[in-house]
Amino acid sequence: MKVSESVLFDAPGPKARRRVVIINIIGVLIALALVYYLYKVMNDAGQLTAEKWVVFGKGSIWENYLLPGLLNTLRAAAVAIVTSMVFGFIFGIGRLSTNKIINWISSVVVEFFRAVPVLLMMIFLWIILARSGIVAPSDAPFVAVVVGLTLYNGSVVAELIRSGVFGLPKGQREAGIAIGLTRGQSLRNIEIPQALIAMLPALIGQFVVILKDSALGYIINFNELLFNGKLIGTGNANVLQALVVVAVIFILINFGLSRLATVVAGRLSSRGISAGKPLDPAVPVVVADLNTTVPGGNPKG
Amino acid sequence: MQGYLSLWDEYGGQMMSAFWGNLQLTFWAAIGSLVLGTILALMRISPVPSFRAFGTSYVNIFRNTPLTIIMTFGVLVLFGVFKVQFSSDFNLNFFQIAIVGLTIYHSAFVCEAIRSGVNTVPLGQAEAARAIGLSFLPAARMIILPQAFRGAIAPLGNVLIALIKNTTVAVAGSVAEISGLMKTMLEFRADVGILIFLTIAVFFVIVVIPVGLLTTYLSKKLAVAR
Repeated sequence: MKVSESVLFDAPGPKARRRVVIINIIGVLIALALVYYLYKVMNDAGQLTAEKWVVFGKGSIWENYLLPGLLNTLRAAAVAIVTSMVFGFIFGIGRLSTNKIINWISSVVVEFFRAVPVLLMMIFLWIILARSGIVAPSDAPFVAVVVGLTLYNGSVVAELIRSGVFGLPKGQREAGIAIGLTRGQSLRNIEIPQALIAMLPALIGQFVVILKDSALGYIINFNELLFNGKLIGTGNANVLQALVVVAVIFILINFGLSRLATVVAGRLSSRGISAGKPLDPAVPVVVADLNTTVPGGNPKG
Repeated sequence: MQGYLSLWDEYGGQMMSAFWGNLQLTFWAAIGSLVLGTILALMRISPVPSFRAFGTSYVNIFRNTPLTIIMTFGVLVLFGVFKVQFSSDFNLNFFQIAIVGLTIYHSAFVCEAIRSGVNTVPLGQAEAARAIGLSFLPAARMIILPQAFRGAIAPLGNVLIALIKNTTVAVAGSVAEISGLMKTMLEFRADVGILIFLTIAVFFVIVVIPVGLLTTYLSKKLAVAR
């Protein structure tokens, strides 16, 4: 980010510095006014009284609601991460296959599940699974969440693998074939291992998506963190506070994961591996050297 | 087949009007988040530290919050606790709250998309703008942003696709839209369950795939030749 800042404006002189300070003070004042307004609105509605918040200091609330909910969220996300990696591998390799039929089927599957909202899949699976008795009705929400997340995120992982392999220098495959490997062997032993490393940051970014989307389970009565949070809220007449606590937990976990993705991307680029990182262009990409035009660090988009 | 045809007789009109609701949510939230996202992106690249801090915090908070929480917040807190009423009409009010929720969430992603577009603008462009005497806002308006938008079409297209699909989450905000209708349909017509899902899934495929193709085409056609 530092690089892109310096791109857009010069190091300010005395006059510009004074102006920046003045605008900065105005900005801070506006922010304070906003905070005060929020405080006033919440205070007037009686949302800041201690009894609405102290509940979250009680061990029983954490023991009975928040921690089991968080555990279910993490459980669903963890299972979905593993299964979508498997799904992504199968269909990613399928899309790279030279066999026309396999290639076509994989493309249709991947494009379809990327275009359909996850929530539709979850609601469908939930009702069908619960009715048909394939799984116990009490397990249906969990299975629906995991399968729904897998179908969508697996398709995204398949695309990541494909773009990762496409992003490799052509010489890698040619070298593999030159030493007598088949196309499939070169893919498995040479190209995909390298593509995996290059796509690691984007993959971690996808974990954030999985974790966030697991909250959709709330809509199909999966007792995850948001669902339990709402139970606290309706039970103690503090919905606002409960939702804020739940949101903060989600934000902290996801923010940690996003930072991890940035750190990994930084590590990789310092090793000379350009990570085709679609989400966060925090890695400086505007290079001062105009002879080498660097595209936006956003090949996959 | 007979069952499927009777499904259309029974629910065809409702499906159309529910999906029309999703498209309307998309339309308004797309405009809203494009405006708010651009403002946030300007804040994040501005020379003023407090603006930058605000932009960064906004993005970090809302990009990491599940949309479901934002939607639930809209109906249970904005409406339930603070009695926010944009409209006296009950359904329209939830609809508008959902637009606000979708806008708040997707603005963070629009901001990041535009920022990645800004990163495609070469240093010389900003330097040239300064050399002819433009200050920050005119330089941003006339030189940086037009090129940044053209460089940001592909990521903006991805945000739009995500938005189209995310309008289904408005069901958590008590809005009459297609995923809620699908639940009702599945409960009453379990005999054609898979066909119900496929039909509604195809609605989204029909809208999402052309948007994807169009933005890919535009991002190539409008790319700044360098």
